[in-house]
Amino acid sequence: MHPARSVILFTTLSGLGFGLLIWLGLGLPTVTGWSAFAFFSVAYLLAGGGLIASTFHLGRPERGLKAFTQWRTSWLSREAWCSAATLLVMALYGAGLVFLEARWALLGWIGAALSLLTVFTTSMIYTQLRSVPRWHMALTPALFLSLALAGGALLAGQVGYAMPLLLLAGAIQIAHWLRGDGALARSGSTMNSATGLTGGPVRAFEPPHTGPNYLLHEMVHVVGRKHATRLRAIALVMMVLVPAGCLALPFSHSIAALAVLSHLLGILASRWLFFAEAEHVVGLYYGKR
Amino acid sequence: MTTLPESTDRKLGLVIDLDTCVGCHACVISCKGWNTENYGAPLSDQSPYGADPSGTFLNRVHSYEVQPEDGLAQLIHFPKSCLHCEDAPCVTVCPTGASYKRTEDGIVLVNESDCIGCGLCAWSCPYGARELDAAEGVMKKCTLCVDRIYNDNLPEEDRMPACVRTCPAGARHFGDLGDPDSAVSQLVAERGGLDLMPEQGTRPVNKYLPPRPKDRIAAEPRALEPVVEEATGFLGWLDRALDRLPGGGD
Amino acid sequence: MAYRQPVLETSPEVSDEIRRTTCYMCACRCGINVHMKSGPDGKKRVAYIEGNRDHPVNKGVLCAKGSAGIMQVNAPSRLRAPLKRVGPRGSGEFEEISWDEAMEIATGWLKPLREEAPEKLAFFTGRDQSQSFTGWWAQQFGTPNYAAHGGFCSVNMATAGIYTMGGAFWEFGQPDWDHTKLFLLFGVAEDHDSNPIKMGIGKIKARGARVIGVNPVRTGYNAAADDWIGITPGTDGLFILSLVHELMKAGKIDLDYLARYTNAPCLVAEAPGSAQHGLLLRDEGGKTLVIDRASGKLAPFDRPGVRPDLTATHEQDGVTYRPVLHLMADRYLSTDYAPETVAGRCGIPADKIRAVAAEIARVAFDEAFELDREWTDFRGETHKTMVGRPVSFHAMRGISAHANGFQSCRALHVLQILLGTVEVPGGFRFKPPYPKPSHIHPKPHCGVTPGAPLDGPHLGFVHGPEDLALRDDGSPARIDKAFTWENPMSAHGLMHMVISNAHAGDPYKIDTLFMYMANMAWNSSMNTKGVMEMLTDTDESGDYVIPRIIYSDAYSSEMVAYADLVLPDATYLERHDCISLLDRPICEADAMADAIRWPVIEPDRNVKGFQSVLIDLGVRLALPGLVSEDGSARYADYADYIVNHERKPGIGPLAGWRGDGTGAGRGAPNPEQLNRYIDNGGFFETHIPAEASYYKPWNAAYQDWAVSMGLFDSPQPYLFQLYVEPLRRFQLAAEGHGERQPPDHLRERIKTTMDPLPIWYETDQQGNEGFPVNALTQRPMAMYHSWGSQNAWLRQLHGHNPLYMPTRLMREHGLKDGDWARVSSPHGEITVPVMEMAALNDNTVWTWNAIGKRKGAWALEEDAPEATRGFLLNHLIHELLPPRGDGLRWANSDPITGQAAWFDLKVKIEKVAAPTESQPVFPPIKSPVGTGPKRLRWKVGK
Ligand SMILES: Nc1nc2c(c(=O)[nH]1)N[C@H]1C(S)=C(S)[C@@H](COP(=O)(O)OP(=O)(O)OC[C@H]3O[C@@H](n4cnc5c(=O)[nH]c(N)nc54)[C@H](O)[C@@H]3O)O[C@H]1N2
Ligand SMILES: Nc1nc2c(c(=O)[nH]1)N[C@H]1C(S)=C(S)[C@@H](COP(=O)(O)OP(=O)(O)OC[C@H]3O[C@@H](n4cnc5c(=O)[nH]c(N)nc54)[C@H](O)[C@@H]3O)O[C@H]1N2
Ligand code: SF4
Ligand code: SF4
Ligand code: SF4
Ligand code: SF4
Ligand code: SF4
Ligand SMILES: [Mo]
Repeated sequence: MHPARSVILFTTLSGLGFGLLIWLGLGLPTVTGWSAFAFFSVAYLLAGGGLIASTFHLGRPERGLKAFTQWRTSWLSREAWCSAATLLVMALYGAGLVFLEARWALLGWIGAALSLLTVFTTSMIYTQLRSVPRWHMALTPALFLSLALAGGALLAGQVGYAMPLLLLAGAIQIAHWLRGDGALARSGSTMNSATGLTGGPVRAFEPPHTGPNYLLHEMVHVVGRKHATRLRAIALVMMVLVPAGCLALPFSHSIAALAVLSHLLGILASRWLFFAEAEHVVGLYYGKR
Repeated sequence: MTTLPESTDRKLGLVIDLDTCVGCHACVISCKGWNTENYGAPLSDQSPYGADPSGTFLNRVHSYEVQPEDGLAQLIHFPKSCLHCEDAPCVTVCPTGASYKRTEDGIVLVNESDCIGCGLCAWSCPYGARELDAAEGVMKKCTLCVDRIYNDNLPEEDRMPACVRTCPAGARHFGDLGDPDSAVSQLVAERGGLDLMPEQGTRPVNKYLPPRPKDRIAAEPRALEPVVEEATGFLGWLDRALDRLPGGGD
Repeated sequence: MAYRQPVLETSPEVSDEIRRTTCYMCACRCGINVHMKSGPDGKKRVAYIEGNRDHPVNKGVLCAKGSAGIMQVNAPSRLRAPLKRVGPRGSGEFEEISWDEAMEIATGWLKPLREEAPEKLAFFTGRDQSQSFTGWWAQQFGTPNYAAHGGFCSVNMATAGIYTMGGAFWEFGQPDWDHTKLFLLFGVAEDHDSNPIKMGIGKIKARGARVIGVNPVRTGYNAAADDWIGITPGTDGLFILSLVHELMKAGKIDLDYLARYTNAPCLVAEAPGSAQHGLLLRDEGGKTLVIDRASGKLAPFDRPGVRPDLTATHEQDGVTYRPVLHLMADRYLSTDYAPETVAGRCGIPADKIRAVAAEIARVAFDEAFELDREWTDFRGETHKTMVGRPVSFHAMRGISAHANGFQSCRALHVLQILLGTVEVPGGFRFKPPYPKPSHIHPKPHCGVTPGAPLDGPHLGFVHGPEDLALRDDGSPARIDKAFTWENPMSAHGLMHMVISNAHAGDPYKIDTLFMYMANMAWNSSMNTKGVMEMLTDTDESGDYVIPRIIYSDAYSSEMVAYADLVLPDATYLERHDCISLLDRPICEADAMADAIRWPVIEPDRNVKGFQSVLIDLGVRLALPGLVSEDGSARYADYADYIVNHERKPGIGPLAGWRGDGTGAGRGAPNPEQLNRYIDNGGFFETHIPAEASYYKPWNAAYQDWAVSMGLFDSPQPYLFQLYVEPLRRFQLAAEGHGERQPPDHLRERIKTTMDPLPIWYETDQQGNEGFPVNALTQRPMAMYHSWGSQNAWLRQLHGHNPLYMPTRLMREHGLKDGDWARVSSPHGEITVPVMEMAALNDNTVWTWNAIGKRKGAWALEEDAPEATRGFLLNHLIHELLPPRGDGLRWANSDPITGQAAWFDLKVKIEKVAAPTESQPVFPPIKSPVGTGPKRLRWKVGK
């Protein structure tokens, strides 16, 4: 899949934002007043920024509200509902903390649950796609959720939780890559099944058009294996190892900032790979993956 | 409405004969022509006279080589448009309800005024049957020429998809695949019509007729019996053969 | 919850009006329904184009190009006004001028030529569909230098067919698609008969019948074919003669047919050394004689009741006469043609050759059938039924565009005839006005008189040295050297030699080169770079070596840049055209038909239909036929000419609705004619009676019908010419007989190549050592030569072209898809991207024809892929062969017809690092029309 900037930013930022909201909802840390304001601002900037980034991907953003209508079937629609509900609930909850110094725990828990659900719905937008075997597995929501939790913990300064969650997310990430590498093969979709042709191996000959088109641009992206391996290493190091290392050091603001920044960049790299490495089966028709 | 109908009254679709298709792209361009002028927004083109000409097409013709283990390589032309799947993932993923499958005939359509151009339906389609129009920002796909097949303004014989009407080789057939007695269903039964990527679980309505076995003459070598061994014997044979012709010699 | 779905308008208005005319996105001439819609400004525009179901050619279907016509009539490359060159030739710098000025310039150039030396005008037209008119115009002008594109296209096919059986493929005839059970296709990628071939293949396949494709490349029709024979280029003749060998040896030939309808029983003189040797025995009246099997006596071939004998020989005046079939047995039963002998050369296993022969014989004879249709032959014998032999053949440039193409095409026609499958049910059938024997075609004329018309039509069929177009001193009379000893049977002229001969002043200098609809500065030239140099070359005084060039094109092609004066044509939807029986009509085997184009839209630019411009020019030059005695114009414009011109009394360009509107074929001009065509969908069609529909050359009912339709003035039955006697006459001259003698250096070649029975010889390419690989082009079905690239839709399909290479060569050169290779021939080199193809003869490479474009042409941006990655193979092909060391340069053409041997190209391949652009690169031409818009959203209705 084409690693579109808007979608990478969306999933990365909103994942972190909603991840932070989970912890805030749980009252970890319990903050009030200005520091609550700061925490919530960060969370909303991330979550909201991510959501806004996602609309850059739309051909007709002005009709965006229509996306709320199909929650019965569509994960994208559900995500719209969940994110809106989360932002609303957490706004109320946050207002209590900031302005009234009151923590309405129940509301916080609901908000945390909704945040988690939002991340889940986001992940399901990808997971549901059978046409992209690398995404179509239970590890995809696990990855999104674990990263949101770990990143949120990191942002929320929950060192105790962040450390194991980071390692867990790292493990899931590795599993996702490894399972993902064989996903297309396991899906059973091949050039033979795509074309129904039998009698021997199938090779794409002339493409239907010599120029570019939407499908090739959007869904057929090939990353060199060397490049991918290098990026995977970078992603893992920055997303998990550097932050974990930082956490092991005595706390300082600059080290914490480094941990967060590294984690963010790591996730960006991981997300880039998440898209760029995902082979859409339509690539089979073009003899490309 | 993005829930799929429980069932549809008919299953209109195409049957594409891979044995006969010569890869001429006639269906591609007649589709482009009809759908640029008709249903919804025109199919736009970007950089039409420049370095990277691209545009929206609802039907594209690929070609593949098959290399049998022993035997000559074969080349197959392969037209592809929306297969109007019964379990169309493109419909259920749509957040706006713009994508839907019609109950009366199973045609999968995009209601362009509801489409936000999120592209998710195109992602969900394993076949690459949807293209987002770069100028209009909405999703375009094969409509099965819904604005032709029932169109009272067209003569009855023309109420068929533009691509079917134009195909010079007669490699495209249109009809109700839900009716086992229809001409298309019978063709599918006779020729072993098949689904593309059945493992994707989409249950396509469109069917593909596989190429007939190739290169059989070479596979079963035969030779003619000579009538004479020596070249010089030919004239003698000729004389005898002429006698046997009606009104021949006496 | 109930399922909700939007309410849809399923019966929208399709259009405000349908105007039916004829497509010209290629030369196939399909009928089209042009749907017109009013836009917001109320003006009617073309909204959609579809096939016309009633039309004889396409019956409703339409190809990609046809459907893309709408992008052609709005192409930004359309010329807008007459152009006068202001920069140097080739720069593309022009000034727009008025039509008056343009016509004054042209008249000023041409008038003195006509008065002093009409041959100094060379008028050559491309894939023009008005050749009967343009040729007639040139004849009135008086120049011998007129031809159309046939010489570089497929004159081998046409000529071999006409000399052999009175017609060839495509415009001349078609397989009996409804009955044939085995269809063999030789060397065709697309052909002119685009839609009919596709429809035919569809019909055959629907019946479960079989198609065999003989082609080094397995794409398109050959991919759909059931069996593929990946022949080595240039060896079809040998393969076909090997099939002939197998069939004759097995007695699988149609003796009855051969005896009755061919010259197999005609008697050939065996008198070595004499001027009679190899000629046919004739009576005083010139009729060929046969021996009647009943009486054992000589008889003219067409005498009622005669049963020509295929075996009996005849002695007369000490000379033995043997039937043609004897000679054929002598030759083709020889082991020279045995499958084992030819297998290696042809690249086809001997077993496969035998299997194909067996399959042909099985279908032709075991699946023979009869149609219950009584008919009477030219000898007066009535046959109860029509016997069908359901094997049919079609071939085109794959066998004709080689230097042995004439003989290879002859071999194929002879094969069909031996099987008895021409003009029978299930076989190959002629379309009116064919069949037509070679001897009733005109002969070439070159009699020039200043100020007067030429002494007859330019092109035709020679029957011996006396018919050559030579001047008194034996030098060529025509600038293209057609009908000379170098290529005696060049029935279509040699358009590909005009520019180089004019540049060399050989055989003489000309003044004005006038071209129409031929992109000779690019894709239709061999040696493209050299041609561009010839067009711009100057002499000592700085004048152009070719002094003046007038060109008519509708679009901003590469050739436009090389003209001094450009006459912009209207597009095919904006002008009148006439697809005439005098030319290349749209007939079917069962029907006579012709068609028109008419302005379904008005030009929005200052352009005019070229034929009308030519009429205007003719009037200004006061050409006879174009002006009345008082000097006034006889025809207001081309439409007027189409209706009122008469070739012979009662016979004009259009056959339909003549006289009072009921005449077909014959009748006085009818002022309402064009309206009747328009009402009828742009065409006229009349069916051949059922009893006349097969066996046409010998069928009395057909001959009478043809006379009634004005195709002939009297019945013209004839025999198929397995043995082509006119060829023998040239051999005799080469052997020293007769008045007119070839130059010595050509004697041997004439003796060996102009064999009256088909032969095969290696295509003449000495000098190619070190260039071992065959290189070919194919036409893409969705592109028409260079015209397609200006079409926004079509160019997305074929915007650039790789060189396709077989797996073996890819491996050998360490190449993979997307790598680049330097491809060189003895003549030049190109550097291009490569792609692997498995279904390809393993010593052949190929690419799509004419995709590569010159920067600045066709209103494309200069970085268009056509110019940066696309390429032409033409840079590697020279109009002359590599030097042989004999001091002579031999043409890269068929020695009999002069057909350009495009497909004899041999190359060498080397892997190279990818350059930034395919090579060679030429400087951009300045576009006289700018470039197109950045985005298209074409919708004319609301
Ligand atoms: N779409 C489209 N249609 C066209 C045209 C076009 O440009 N585009 N051009 C028109 C014109 S002007 C013409 S002349 C016709 C030509 O129509 P075709 O005769 O179909 O012309 P080509 O495409 O040159 O195809 C030649 C074929 O011969 C094969 N070939 C080459 N050498 C040999 C050989 O030695 N033996 C055999 N058996 N095969 C060989 C090539 O692989 C190729 O498939 O098409 C006309 N129709
Ligand atoms: N390598 C290689 N070269 C080949 C061949 C090959 O097989 N291989 N094939 C050869 C053959 S068979 C042919 S026929 C030639 C064809 O070559 P060309 O005859 O040069 O064919 P086109 O490129 O179509 O160019 C014809 C010109 O006509 C113009 N034109 C189009 N429509 C109109 C119109 O309505 N009016 C006027 N006035 N002009 C118009 C176009 O703009 C174009 O400039 O190419 C030859 N060249
Ligand atoms: S082919 Fe693709 S777009 Fe068409 S119904 Fe099936 S999934 Fe949807
Ligand atoms: S692009 Fe349009 S039709 Fe497709 S899923 Fe999004 S809103 Fe629905
Ligand atoms: S049915 Fe209509 S919309 Fe679909 S591919 Fe054919 S022409 Fe295009
Ligand atoms: S029009 Fe027919 S033959 Fe041509 S590509 Fe389409 S399906 Fe194949
Ligand atoms: S074959 Fe195509 S381009 Fe040629 S005349 Fe017919 S429809 Fe037009
Ligand atoms: Mo041609």
